[in-house]
Amino acid sequence: MSASEVFQGQIRSPFYERMAALDTKSTWHTWKGYTTPDALYCGETEYFAVRNATGVFDITPMTKYRIKGRDSLAYINRLVTRDMEKIKPGRVAYAVWCDDQGQVLDDGTIFHLREGEYRLCSQERHFDWLMTNAIGFDVSVTEETAEVAGLAVQGPTSYSVLKNMGIKGLDELKLFGLMHVDFEGAELMVSRTGFTGDLGYELWIQPDKATALWDALFAAGKLYGIRAIGAHALEMARVEAGYLAPGPDFLPAKATVRTGRTRSPLELGLEWLVDFSKPNFNGRRALAEEKRKGSTWRLVKLDIAGNKIAHSSYIFDDASASKKNIGFITSAEWSPVCKQNVALGSVRTPHGKVGSTVWVEIYYQREMHWSRAMAKATVVDKPFWLPPRRSATPPGPY
Amino acid sequence: MKTYDAVVVGAGHNGLTTAAFLAKAGLDVVCVEKNEYIGGAAVSRELYKDWMYSNCSYVCSLLRPEIYRSLELHKHGLQVTPYGGSLQFLQNGDYFGSYHDAEAAYRERARFSRHDADSYERYSADTMRQCRFIRDTLLRTPPDPTSFKRKDIKELLAIGSKFMEMGEDRMYETIRFWTMSVAEYLDEYFETDAIKTAFSGSGIIGTALGVHSPGTAYVLLHHYMGEVDGNAGTWGVARGGMGAVSKSIAGAFQAYGGELRTESGVDKIMVRNGKTTGVALEDGTEINARVVVSAMDVKRTFLKCMDRSDLPAEFHKRVENFKIRGSSGKVNIALDGMPTFPALPKGSVLYRSDMHFIDSMERMERAYDEWKAGTWSKDPYIDCVIPTTTDPTMTPPGKHFMSCFVQYCPHQIDGRAWTSDEKAAFGRTVIDQIANYSPDFKNLILHYEVRTPQDIEAEIGITEGNIFHGELTMDQLLFNRPVPGYAQYRTPVGGLYMCGSSTHPGGGVMAAPGANAAREILADLKRPNTVPENFGDD
Repeated sequence: MSASEVFQGQIRSPFYERMAALDTKSTWHTWKGYTTPDALYCGETEYFAVRNATGVFDITPMTKYRIKGRDSLAYINRLVTRDMEKIKPGRVAYAVWCDDQGQVLDDGTIFHLREGEYRLCSQERHFDWLMTNAIGFDVSVTEETAEVAGLAVQGPTSYSVLKNMGIKGLDELKLFGLMHVDFEGAELMVSRTGFTGDLGYELWIQPDKATALWDALFAAGKLYGIRAIGAHALEMARVEAGYLAPGPDFLPAKATVRTGRTRSPLELGLEWLVDFSKPNFNGRRALAEEKRKGSTWRLVKLDIAGNKIAHSSYIFDDASASKKNIGFITSAEWSPVCKQNVALGSVRTPHGKVGSTVWVEIYYQREMHWSRAMAKATVVDKPFWLPPRRSATPPGPY
Repeated sequence: MKTYDAVVVGAGHNGLTTAAFLAKAGLDVVCVEKNEYIGGAAVSRELYKDWMYSNCSYVCSLLRPEIYRSLELHKHGLQVTPYGGSLQFLQNGDYFGSYHDAEAAYRERARFSRHDADSYERYSADTMRQCRFIRDTLLRTPPDPTSFKRKDIKELLAIGSKFMEMGEDRMYETIRFWTMSVAEYLDEYFETDAIKTAFSGSGIIGTALGVHSPGTAYVLLHHYMGEVDGNAGTWGVARGGMGAVSKSIAGAFQAYGGELRTESGVDKIMVRNGKTTGVALEDGTEINARVVVSAMDVKRTFLKCMDRSDLPAEFHKRVENFKIRGSSGKVNIALDGMPTFPALPKGSVLYRSDMHFIDSMERMERAYDEWKAGTWSKDPYIDCVIPTTTDPTMTPPGKHFMSCFVQYCPHQIDGRAWTSDEKAAFGRTVIDQIANYSPDFKNLILHYEVRTPQDIEAEIGITEGNIFHGELTMDQLLFNRPVPGYAQYRTPVGGLYMCGSSTHPGGGVMAAPGANAAREILADLKRPNTVPENFGDD
């Protein structure tokens, strides 16, 4: 027996060969051990594919768990803060899960695949926590990250692309719905979900059918402007959609060293995901107390005056920045589709109420030299980009 | 006859650090060393032609970067290079590697357990939280909780508020952490015996306790709180061997005008009217000084180098009770080439890691049982490093130096001195354990040196050869180290100070005790402080 060693490099997803064939830039990074493109030809162009046609992003590296068994609903219902009783088979729920202190461990999507069978999909890895929670439940939890290949197919023509590919039933598939169809003898799961805030789908298939799926998809999308995209384009789309990213916008509580650096769902604007009327769930007691006493932090969506991007900026209560800052920006960008200077940030309560004004201290560089500007910003309620086509059923052909 | 401002006894890294900071402040300082070479236990010597042996301390992580920078050690030849990870050979022919690369490390843990692969992140965050708490105290003098001095109250409040800042749940966790065993601590995170064993070693190194003994979780922390360039928990090798640490500090000391005298062992610390007047050397020479600083361990300082009548009885008794137990030995080996380990693929980065040959918590505890029974472990925990896989300067090209830190190894066998047969058998125990995993290892050995605690004590002077100058248990930490009421580097004798690892924050080639002592001495002498503060990371 010759000695072996775990793979030391970056894992290639089943879609790697197809992406590499399109790649002109050679800028890749690691995402949970997988090599993933920053951009394949041009980040901005790829972004416009998502908003104007169809962008395809490889989501295979997403951490995926299969949850099965008699108690799976009860198990998941204790795990997450929202009421999973309402998520019937064929539906998908965005959810957060907390520790006993009501601090967010992660967010993710939970697919109710069939009666009593779920897939939990998240950025971070949670097997340790999921197993701890499984004690006493008739439930099995299996990690299936490498066993399921995934593609996000996002943008206004995505419906037409998939329809052209021959997928039936899309007319009835509502936002946060899922269905199973046959693809070359394998089961293809199609969910109307995504991280772009636009009309879009996610396709899930066994890895050995991945390249065939890619080829069928791109053949069907040829006349609909389909393009493969990298993480840069996706990031632009997700900030416009006001979606949170673990890392920039909150930290998974279990991996946080300093006290006070975690966030509760209430502090992340996710109160709509916390259902105090359902049976006990992790963090309930702490969250109920926080609701009574008030939160320390508030996530804000900011519409910032001017066009200078507020990367890593402090947020102040007044234009002169005479007092201590009230918070900081966590994600920021210029939104090409909204022509707005947008950002997500974290501010101390009672600051940051919807409709209020705050000031953002922006440092920007022009030809080596740095300048500073104080920009007025308005706290907004809705996502910056929320087109009706995202949820229209049946979707339009666009 | 000349009177120095200060005489520092012992040219180990702490003695030299104190000496350097005092000299930097403009004091007239002499540092005396009993051996013909400097460095104490941070030393490299040519024990075989063209082979430099780091025959005591062997890796570097805890050395405070503040001191490194402040004494400009890079100008005096010090370079610390991180090395890659650690490795555990298993009896079933497999191995467990802790890779430096986070994703490779994840995949390796997942090979044993998905649960353990994921729980590592929680383990790492929880351990780092404790590190941050203690790390802030390293370059500070422990406050005296019974004192009402402004400075003590301020320091106590600083520690107290850091504790309070943790929040309720983490305060409970902290108290538990400081008192529990490393085995219990690891049980809260991991299910795989080999993985627990791999992480448990740091909980017992240099300590006469087993993995199931309360208090060993803290010892783990002591090995985790170091860094190389801000990479917490990383260990590195000093280019040229650990002697480069001492040599560079000595270089700084001499550049500040300090005087170094080797082959000048101290016989007595001289005391008149409750105040020290200097030291008398073994050859009868007297060195007069206003201040005497002992870098020797607390037992050697007060029980061997002073008259009992010069010390208060209770203090004397407490020094006698201070635990400095010999628990580890060393086997240092010159190798004709790189040994092969069939379990590992050729070219694996793990050849550059620190290697271990014990794979269960049961074996770890059994190893301790033999120490308790008064003999060395027949199936020991070995922390084996081949620094020459990283450092090209210690041996001729293609040849290697292997350092084996071995636990457990008692100071005496059944309460009497080691015989030469026993010492040889101890060396064979170590070589045989390694040879079980490397068929060509024995044939590559050109020369080796076996060091029991008794040998280390005889040569370096550390009581029972204990690497920390006294164990790192809660009863001997912070304001209780080394003796309650005397944790601020001062002693019952006027002008006499301690600066060795028996004082806060303890051993491990940190140089923090030496720096802290210098700060207190300069304050007493009303001289400007030359000792840096903690960088802090918030």
